[in-house]
Amino acid sequence: MPIKVENLSKIFGKRTKEATSLLDEGYSKEEVLEKTGCTVGVNRANFEVKEGEVFVIMGLSGSGKSTLVRLLNRLIEPTEGNVEIDGDNLATMNKEDLREVRRTKMSMVFQKFALFPFRTVLENTEFGLEIQGIDKEERSEKAQDALELVGLGSFMQQYPNQLSGGMQQRVGLARALANDPEVLLMDEAFSALDPLIRKDMQDELLDLQEKMQKTIIFITHDLDEALRIGDRIALMKDGSIVQIGTPEEILINPANDYVEKFVEDVDRSKVLTADKIMKRPETVDFHKHGPRVALERMREQGLSTIYVTDRSRNLKGYVTADDARSAREEGISSLESIIKTDMPTVDLDTSIQDIFNVIHDAPVPVAVTEEGKLRGIIVRGAVIAALADGNGNGVNGDDA
Amino acid sequence: METMLDNLPQIPMADGIDWTVDQITEVFSWLFNPIKSGLGAVLDYSAEYLAMVPPIIFILIVAIVAFFLSGKKFGLAAFSIIGLLFIENQGLWDQLVSTFTLVFYASLISVIVGIPVGILMSKSRIAENIITPVLDFMQTMPAFVYLIPAVAFFGIGMVPGVFASFIFATPPVVRFTNLGIRQVSTELVEASDAFGTTGSQKLFKVELPMAKRTIMAGVNQTVMLSLSMVVIASMIGAPGLGRDVLSALQRADAGPGFVAGFAIVILAIIIDRFTQNLNKEKH
Repeated sequence: MPIKVENLSKIFGKRTKEATSLLDEGYSKEEVLEKTGCTVGVNRANFEVKEGEVFVIMGLSGSGKSTLVRLLNRLIEPTEGNVEIDGDNLATMNKEDLREVRRTKMSMVFQKFALFPFRTVLENTEFGLEIQGIDKEERSEKAQDALELVGLGSFMQQYPNQLSGGMQQRVGLARALANDPEVLLMDEAFSALDPLIRKDMQDELLDLQEKMQKTIIFITHDLDEALRIGDRIALMKDGSIVQIGTPEEILINPANDYVEKFVEDVDRSKVLTADKIMKRPETVDFHKHGPRVALERMREQGLSTIYVTDRSRNLKGYVTADDARSAREEGISSLESIIKTDMPTVDLDTSIQDIFNVIHDAPVPVAVTEEGKLRGIIVRGAVIAALADGNGNGVNGDDA
Repeated sequence: METMLDNLPQIPMADGIDWTVDQITEVFSWLFNPIKSGLGAVLDYSAEYLAMVPPIIFILIVAIVAFFLSGKKFGLAAFSIIGLLFIENQGLWDQLVSTFTLVFYASLISVIVGIPVGILMSKSRIAENIITPVLDFMQTMPAFVYLIPAVAFFGIGMVPGVFASFIFATPPVVRFTNLGIRQVSTELVEASDAFGTTGSQKLFKVELPMAKRTIMAGVNQTVMLSLSMVVIASMIGAPGLGRDVLSALQRADAGPGFVAGFAIVILAIIIDRFTQNLNKEKH
């Protein structure tokens, strides 16, 4: 268990003892503020993070999530409670030990990147290693590896202000990874990026995570982001953790009204993606089959159109039953003259929301492709069923 | 009409200060005397050696440095050549060298003392609360007043001039250093801490580089202020262009007064542009 957090609290203000005992008696954050003038930042947080897990702490602004992550590496001193990392209690260790943990076990990625503007990309990435006193050659080598990992190998001599936001955050990530830490703390790491870049970065983080298997604690205010990248999610409100669970658990069994209200706002059409609702397609082979086979398959399955692929399942187009019938009557043996290519296609991870836009006036089911290969099809009914049903279950069958 | 206020005895403030200055002069003579002779020697030798350089070579060197410092542009170099030739032509070269020496050492001492004090101020709330009113005092007290204890401590000549201008010119560099370090964004300070920097690593690898431009702006102000002390310092016998201004004033002689004044302005502009160019970002 790399990280174990017990009863971790932060109270800002002077009368913290009084505030703590009021909290123990069950007074709310507002009441404590009124009675003592102290602000409750984090109220007795308890959780454990497993090795290699992406643990998301999610909450609206003011919920205490940024304070909580700073308690984990003691950028903010906890009022009480423990943070255990590899069995050592970070909350009580002395300055030297704390520095050692920060240097070797935990790295942090910041919302606004926090890159040093007077250092090049490479020098920024070297920062943590330089602080540890590692010699120039070794640190430059490690930093270059980290930069290659995030795809910035060719930007090492640039300065941060010459890079786009997404690239700057890659540097932030590389700087954190260069130390080879066990734990990665990411404080709203993608919140400052525009939505498209944010999604790319989320994907990339997941790809990297597959290779690295770090323990990641990720802070966000964006539930969609939490659902996308979290193995488990902790929801915070007013400094307290109100529920911890997998994305499914939180969506399906909200612990209380607050979580339910939160989840209610999740647009299912944004969360569910094409691969969740597509079904296995009926196809004919462009090179092997002619109109006769196509027609036969359509009749068997009760379809009015059928998709055409080549041997390696690359999507070529579709044929309609009417065209196939007339081609057969004219004695044409190839599909080439009747194949149509105006079908709508989407990717595996296209959200239902985007599928909606293409499906409503499409003549045929939507084709789901991955690098040109046909993976599945989506019929109109499946989309509606997915939105009507709570969690996307039961729409994956052939009866959709 | 007699009021309550008239019956209050006068506080012997002036006498108290006189006594204090006397005491300091006496008690710290072990410190002041070596400073006086040591710094005096350095100033004299520096001025002497500089004066030995033929003006034309000096001007050429300044022009070449100006050319490269301003990013290979001719403006500053041209101005330096014309300005310095004018000063030479007016027979003020030796005074220029003396003035430059005074300004250089006064600024140097201000910066050497001021930057560490500014760092201390930025790190400690208590230090800031104590030092800020001292700086206010140093800057608002009329500069002439410093001349009096300066003479008591160091006699007359260049050394008390450096002392008076040190007191008058140090506050900006202290303030700007403090400001520059405090202005470093919380996120960068957090990033530094999160990677496990020690206090001095944070200072030298993050805070000072981030604050560099602000600190340099303070240095520029300090240099300009010590230049403005040149005329005042000449009242206690500091040699240089100030002395020409002062004697012109005493004789109500507008011509030489303005000529020496122009020379000071030319020197001020050259020094100002030099220090500003040092502060330009390379990227």
